[in-house]
Amino acid sequence: MRTVAPVIARRNDEADGALIGYLPVGFPTLDESVEAAVALVENGVDILELGLPYSDPVMDGPVIQAATQQALANGFRLSHGFEAVRRITERVAAPVLIMTYWNPVVQYGVDRFADDLAAAGGAGLITPDLIPDEGADWIAASDRTGLDRVFLAAPTSTDPRLAQTIDASRGFVYAVSTMGITGARADLDEAARTLVGRLQAAGAEASCVGVGISTAAQVAEVLGYAQGAIVGSALVRALAEGGVQAAGSLAAELARGTRSE
Amino acid sequence: MALRAQTGPYFGDFGGRFVPESLIAALDELGEAYSLAKLDPAFAEELAELGRSYTGRPSIITEVPRFAAHAGGARIILKREDLNHTGSHKINNVLGQALLTKRIGKTRVIAETGAGQHGVATATAAALFDLDCTIYMGEVDTERQALNVARMRLLGAEVIAVTSGSRTLKDAINDAMRDWVTNVETTNYIFGTVAGPHPFPEMVRDFQKIIGEEARQQVLDLTGALPTAVAACVGGGSNAIGLFHAFLDDADVRIYGFEAGGEGAETPRHAATITKGRPGVLHGARSFMLQDEDGQTIESHSISAGLDYPGVGPEHSWLADIGRAEYRPVTDDEAMQALRLLTRTEGIIPAIESAHALAGALELARELGPDATILVNLSGRGDKDMDTAAKYFELYDEENAK
Ligand SMILES: Cc1ncc(COP(=O)(O)O)c(C=O)c1O
Repeated sequence: MRTVAPVIARRNDEADGALIGYLPVGFPTLDESVEAAVALVENGVDILELGLPYSDPVMDGPVIQAATQQALANGFRLSHGFEAVRRITERVAAPVLIMTYWNPVVQYGVDRFADDLAAAGGAGLITPDLIPDEGADWIAASDRTGLDRVFLAAPTSTDPRLAQTIDASRGFVYAVSTMGITGARADLDEAARTLVGRLQAAGAEASCVGVGISTAAQVAEVLGYAQGAIVGSALVRALAEGGVQAAGSLAAELARGTRSE
Repeated sequence: MALRAQTGPYFGDFGGRFVPESLIAALDELGEAYSLAKLDPAFAEELAELGRSYTGRPSIITEVPRFAAHAGGARIILKREDLNHTGSHKINNVLGQALLTKRIGKTRVIAETGAGQHGVATATAAALFDLDCTIYMGEVDTERQALNVARMRLLGAEVIAVTSGSRTLKDAINDAMRDWVTNVETTNYIFGTVAGPHPFPEMVRDFQKIIGEEARQQVLDLTGALPTAVAACVGGGSNAIGLFHAFLDDADVRIYGFEAGGEGAETPRHAATITKGRPGVLHGARSFMLQDEDGQTIESHSISAGLDYPGVGPEHSWLADIGRAEYRPVTDDEAMQALRLLTRTEGIIPAIESAHALAGALELARELGPDATILVNLSGRGDKDMDTAAKYFELYDEENAK
């Protein structure tokens, strides 16, 4: 199984850390989302985070909301998520995580979802609205299948909650950089650095920072203290405005942030 | 265990906290503040005093024989939450949560609203307690409940018309949650119904259960017996659980929730969540919801903005699951006919939401026969619905009609 930990370790050896790129499946079309994901990897993205469009995405800002609403209007189905994972992993070596709100997994069946994701070649799940406290089914299914499970940690999480999150996560812990929803921000919060420090002190092997990162300079800044940097809205915007080519160019630019001079 | 003793986070298989980790600290803080407040007699006294001197509690009950005569003569008794300050039951919950906001030291409140009644109540409490206030309301609802938008703005609240998704209540909740995630340090989310993540279903129920506690005694005083059945409309379910709760352990009292059947529960255009949905996770809780095969929420439809919601509170899902309460759909037209009938026979203009319960009560009266007594929660008054009613019944003069 192609999981994320070895890639994060390797990129922290040979560079400053890993670059993780987010794109929604089915935007602007299923084919173009596959092409764009492949282009990200070819331009230096180390790990892909594929979002499944969902009707009520409470963690997402306007750019990702607009993209996923369009994908839903175009007829996105859950089966397209597995298809995209299969087509992407056939062409590039990077691990592919699925980012999904919880209800689609519940309706598909947690075990069936895990089996089909593993069969498609996926690495695991990022679950923005599932906390470990409610995640017993998924923890069991991912233990059985070997899939990664990425839970979120927030600046407001207490120490006992951080310990629980580290314990429940496999692959990395998703450190939410700031209080807020997805979307590019000019200034990254000092909160991210503090949170990653707390996660490391509590024994996290890998913390990757997401929400608000949009430039190579921000990637470099984050990789100064974290093991990975996650970019979402900026890539989605590039894809929306300039197509696959523009998304690839932005990925190449962001990847420069993984190597300090 | 007594059914009334049930608390969150889980009601049977339903409830929980399916939210981003970023909100957990705020939910914990609110839950702890509420647990402490519950044990503090000063909190209960302050809330009761606001009920007496601000809301107008206890609200009266009114027997409506001319209305009941249209359904075979059972006794129908209304619990008059429409007479509360701001015009609905929503104020009961808002005053409780506003007091809690003060206790946890936050200076700004946000809320979602469908019909605008919860938004008006929240804006009212914000004015009373000197809090900044932002209300999220679906764009569709800002149009059909324009009077309430004006009321909220006059009260000093900022009203944001939500343009994402179906542009109704569910999308207003999404945007309010996004605001809360971002501004949680200064902001408390005053949630308007018994849905959402723990502690909201339990806390909002506790602030609303005074409806049933008062009404149970009032009906006993009036008739010498408990009612045969209690009935309420169900959007998220706060007025319904507020009425039902006091009767949960009265095994002889039948409990009925009436959902918005829209153009018909057999059509795709309805909001009959328990009747037609299946369990899933929406807005932070596991409960019945309207969804497609992939778990995407299906847009609901109802003539009544306050019932136009594809989810329902977890305690109702549990009561349906264990068979303690029965949930049935009432169509747009049945509700509008009941609205007109109550208005013409009793001189009481109900909210369209509450009219669903009235239509349900007519149905129950026919089923249960003339010896039955049916207690109905009249959750709100119809002022906000005059434009909808005027168009529905063609009451505008031709040249003024748009
Ligand atoms: C008068 C009235 N009744 C009922 C409702 C539905 O809410 P709930 O089901 O939480 O009582 C509303 C909501 O806006 C309302 O304004």
